[in-house]
Amino acid sequence: MSTRSQSLSRRSFGKLAAAAAAAAGGVTLGACSSGGGTASPNAPLRIMAINHVWTHTISKRLGEFEDLIGRRVSISMLTADQLANSYNVKLNASATDVDVMMVRALQEQLIFAHNGWLTDLSDRVRDDAFRWDDFQEAPRERSATAGKVLSVPVVTERPALYYRKDLVADLGGPPRTLDALMDQSLELADRRNNFFGYVGRGQRNGSVSQWSSFLYSFGGDFTVDGQSAIGTPEAIAAYEFYGRLLERTGPPGVTNMSLEQAMPIFAQGKAAFYIDADAIYTNFLDPGVSTVQDTVGFAPFPAGPAGSRPHNIPSWSLAINEFSLLRDDAWAFIRWASSPEMVAALQSEGIPGARESAWSDPATLGAFPGELAESMRISTENGLGHDRPDVLQVSRARDIVGRPLVAGILGESVPPVARDADAEFADFLVRDNRHRES
Amino acid sequence: MPTTKAPETTPERAALPGPRRPRTTRAPRTFEQANRRLKWAMLAPALVFVGAMIVFPLIFTVNLSFTDAFGAVNADKGYVGFQNFTDALEDSRRFWPAIRRTVWFTIGAVAIETVLGLALAMLMRKAFRGMRWVRTLLIIPLLTTPVAIGILWLLILDPTNGIANHLLDSLGLPPQEFLGSVSQSLPTLMFIDVWQWTPMMTLLLLAGLSTLPEEPEEAARVDGANGWQRFRHVILPMLGPTLATALVLRSVDALKTFDILYATKGPGGGSDFEVETLNVYAYGLTFDYQEYGLASAVLVLFTLFIIGVVVVLRRRAGRKSA
Repeated sequence: MSTRSQSLSRRSFGKLAAAAAAAAGGVTLGACSSGGGTASPNAPLRIMAINHVWTHTISKRLGEFEDLIGRRVSISMLTADQLANSYNVKLNASATDVDVMMVRALQEQLIFAHNGWLTDLSDRVRDDAFRWDDFQEAPRERSATAGKVLSVPVVTERPALYYRKDLVADLGGPPRTLDALMDQSLELADRRNNFFGYVGRGQRNGSVSQWSSFLYSFGGDFTVDGQSAIGTPEAIAAYEFYGRLLERTGPPGVTNMSLEQAMPIFAQGKAAFYIDADAIYTNFLDPGVSTVQDTVGFAPFPAGPAGSRPHNIPSWSLAINEFSLLRDDAWAFIRWASSPEMVAALQSEGIPGARESAWSDPATLGAFPGELAESMRISTENGLGHDRPDVLQVSRARDIVGRPLVAGILGESVPPVARDADAEFADFLVRDNRHRES
Repeated sequence: MPTTKAPETTPERAALPGPRRPRTTRAPRTFEQANRRLKWAMLAPALVFVGAMIVFPLIFTVNLSFTDAFGAVNADKGYVGFQNFTDALEDSRRFWPAIRRTVWFTIGAVAIETVLGLALAMLMRKAFRGMRWVRTLLIIPLLTTPVAIGILWLLILDPTNGIANHLLDSLGLPPQEFLGSVSQSLPTLMFIDVWQWTPMMTLLLLAGLSTLPEEPEEAARVDGANGWQRFRHVILPMLGPTLATALVLRSVDALKTFDILYATKGPGGGSDFEVETLNVYAYGLTFDYQEYGLASAVLVLFTLFIIGVVVVLRRRAGRKSA
């Protein structure tokens, strides 16, 4: 081949490559853009949900709903992080292949609302038959963003103190105050023999939601009047208390522990106390994973200097993808899955819902151990409706708020880290507000 | 009857510059012309694939890095010039420590893998009984997915229930926190990386060793060189190009390590960001913080960093082999 034809080939190769890139870009953009139109009559209603006992239980009843709407239903179950990442990928591309979205009202709802990804349900929930007023006030309030109802709560959560009845019998029963919790944990810990007084979440980001009840019970909060409050004496006291509790009585490597790592330690009988969501209590009663099913006890969150102030939050809610082509069917599902009858039925199977009618029905509480039902009732009365900062970028906020927690657990001095985190959080709140207004 | 005569066209003529030829001459009239077009037609699917999967995302990311994209990629966004790059480069809390960890992890892991890989390759150079079994065993870590490896090591190294501490205890050694410790996490992950990737270095170097001529080593032996001298002055220089290629491949791979770090330490690379490398940081900015503009700028800087490392390694390798 001549030199000339070679250079021509190179030029034409360049042209073809550029054309291919442009075409590929067009194809990719086309694929990422909203399809619009209407759904096929055979298209299934697609639900993306958390791998949770609620999802497993509702899945068993789906046949009933499919008969109701005359359409097949498909459920994908993922972990919380996978679910959030899937939404980010799919909805950034305006995907229509998700209809019902299981979301965390306190984690994702604000940012998803900011992005315009959630359908406004305000008119739909006003339907008298739906009885929106029957939902507990705190979860109901968290379902609305900027005056619009964007989700319907289906699972609620409060912290519970899990304790070993056999160990605290001689100590006068489970601790009613945080000081007593510290004392008993120190007394019962035998770390040389791999037995710990208290186990709990210690990861910077993952521990913030459970630590929130300690913060409130010390009289603090994440923000006060929109300003950072994590450098206040109350917050520092809460940081120091939680850090000391885990540092002196907790297991090694606790800063790498979230729910998945901490829970088995209590379930395997290696800790005297554990505070985490009440919704996970079944793990301690299942002989397949627990060695403490006969000795586990349940108590309300212990009181701090400001009393017992646990959180009471909608941990999981249902929303509708704004790009869904099956919004009416998606709403039919939400209405069915969160109806008073269904919530009562699920609560009777041990899944705490958000409807007052279910909580006031003694029959639905029969599934819970008596002590736990009482703890839930008390927390529902005292509970605050948030367990993390109320911001757009919740994950970034948790990363900042969690830094002094880790310092406390590692035995470092908390005040300087808390002051530094307070300044960072203050800057963050300014930026977050700017994003909210944009 | 008057007829219009079409201009005669040869392949050579068609290639010459000049006045635009009539359309009719564009039709493939010869086998060579048809072949040339067929060549492009055959290439097109691959080009479209590369365009869709590499070129377009790259251009899109570079474009995004100059915007304040936040929340949703397709939301309204403004161009902010080099602001994201400035923000990243001025971030001493997350960005620079992430660079430091990326470099430390890569250098530490690749250096150990190279030394161990070379040692194992030298041991396995001569045929021995059970060689096939050993080679098969060596491949197992390579075939296992990084997430599975992460979970496996999490269980082994669990400070409370893992067998590693039971083993240390039986040897009379104090228990360790391993991945639960802020200070031990990165060295532990380097150890896991070495466990997984040393076999690849071994296999690459073994392939290189098998192509070396035997005469120079024989000559050195006759001249009285001992084993170390033969390795240092004969084998190692001859193995240089293979070693350089293996180093470049493994370094680029180690720089981009993500899954094992994320599987063992979660978002943000641990409670004190102790294993947050550039890749983990960029992932967090994208999926946890939805700061697409800043994340893209970090990724562009990361890409430039990797290109820089490859260029330096290749130049050094080129200089040595010259």
